[in-house]
Amino acid sequence: MADNVRPRVKAPRKAEPGEAVTIKTLISHPMESGQRKDSDGNPIPRSIIHRFTCEFNGEMVVDVAMEPAISTNPYFEFEAVIPEAGDLKFTWYDDDGDVYEETKTVAMA
Amino acid sequence: MTRTALIPTLLGAGVIAAGAAFADPVEDTLILNEDIELTTWTEAPAAVEGALSEVISGWHFRGTETRAMQSDDFDNPGMIFVEDAMASWDTVEGEAGKSCASCHGDVEESMKGVRAVYPKWNEDAGEVRTLEMQVNACRTENMEAEPLKYTGTDMTSMVALISSVSRGLPVNVATDGPVAETWEAGKELYYTRTGQLELSCANCHEDNYGRMIRADHLSQGQINGFPVYRLKNTKLNSVHARFKGCVRDTRAETYKPGSPEFVALELYVASRGNGLSVEGPSIRN
Amino acid sequence: MTLTRRSVMVMGAGAVVAFGLPMRASAAGEDKIAEFTGGADMAEGGITLSAPEIAENGNTVPIEVSAPGAEAILVLAMGNPTPGVAEFRFGPLAASQTASTRIRLAGTQDVVAIAKMKDGSFARASSNVKVTIGGCGG
Repeated sequence: MADNVRPRVKAPRKAEPGEAVTIKTLISHPMESGQRKDSDGNPIPRSIIHRFTCEFNGEMVVDVAMEPAISTNPYFEFEAVIPEAGDLKFTWYDDDGDVYEETKTVAMA
Repeated sequence: MTRTALIPTLLGAGVIAAGAAFADPVEDTLILNEDIELTTWTEAPAAVEGALSEVISGWHFRGTETRAMQSDDFDNPGMIFVEDAMASWDTVEGEAGKSCASCHGDVEESMKGVRAVYPKWNEDAGEVRTLEMQVNACRTENMEAEPLKYTGTDMTSMVALISSVSRGLPVNVATDGPVAETWEAGKELYYTRTGQLELSCANCHEDNYGRMIRADHLSQGQINGFPVYRLKNTKLNSVHARFKGCVRDTRAETYKPGSPEFVALELYVASRGNGLSVEGPSIRN
Repeated sequence: MTLTRRSVMVMGAGAVVAFGLPMRASAAGEDKIAEFTGGADMAEGGITLSAPEIAENGNTVPIEVSAPGAEAILVLAMGNPTPGVAEFRFGPLAASQTASTRIRLAGTQDVVAIAKMKDGSFARASSNVKVTIGGCGG
């Protein structure tokens, strides 16, 4: 498991029905690209988060396929529609098989 | 090559390009989280009288996107480390069974204003201390825990946490009284040329700030923004780690983090920014 | 070993990284585009790509893509050792087909964004980003 991987999400706690809200996500992860070599000259194997998804009450907002060119501590900002009260679910998929999740509940304003 | 021959050679090689317009510090206002306005450009304090007419934070020498990244605590990746340190703050460590919180309580209340006056004189210890030294003193003496590595991530994250709760407060380190001797030593280091390149801190940061050094914008070398999240290495960097790099870049034998030389230099350089707001953790290249 | 620009650069065999000199666009980039579009024509317009003209540091370059009505947006760094950057798919609850992120660029190059619209058409935008190395800070 990659060490010290922590997701962070900024999303509003309340929204009007049908409101468009801005969501920001950040996850601390080294995103080892596979391009670097260690001090002995051996290539350090790739180990990145390769996919990020955001859903609201089970419906897809955004699904991102990520490559090593995404910077360390991957950051995304996008907009979601909140039709009703419910849960925003964020998922990050690591090359090493780990899956990181975060959920934010949004109430109706 | 003699020193006098070196400068024209460097200039000829285009290392220091005069008058490149986009290297000049950008006029802009840093408002943190749409809430606190930070002082990033102000008149020079007494410590640099005669040398500088105004003091400018490194923030003004970075690009638009970098400046914007720092103005929001969510966008600022340095805050990830601050959050890690908040967890450490509450974690019991060492034989005495205490955490930082056991004595200091809430970090925002107890540490407010602290970063702004460091490095400072510690009467009991009879020495000038940096924040790192004080954290380790607390750990070893009060918590009976292992000291943290001076420039390691754990220490730098803790310093970033302590710094973050002072953002907006003016840097105000003392330069007289018991610290005077250390301050003078730091000042001398600042103006002494070292290394194969025979450069002093002042050569770049006082004489040439606002200009390009190859592809880099020279700032005044202020440290009010430390610890710094550098885009280049995507992690927090401490003052002494940066000093070590700067000295190495003049191709000199560099000093160790925590050394008396760097403590003195940190005190002096901090005083050059008296009046600027504490900004750390900031974002730079 | 800390992940620094310098260490990435040493890896980039044959890459010229001085200020202003463009990197060779990789053929792999064009292949990725063909794969995504199936060889279809791409309109200029209907998609915006915002990227800085000069990157503060190639390790962390903020970009934004926006294509109203798009199903997916593919982002490529045409001069990187591997051109793929990301592919954004927008679902029914995306309020807009816009996304921002931070990417790594190995040198001065074109960043390309291609949108696949809901009606099956494609649009393309590109932005040249200068990436520099040098100066005391690296």
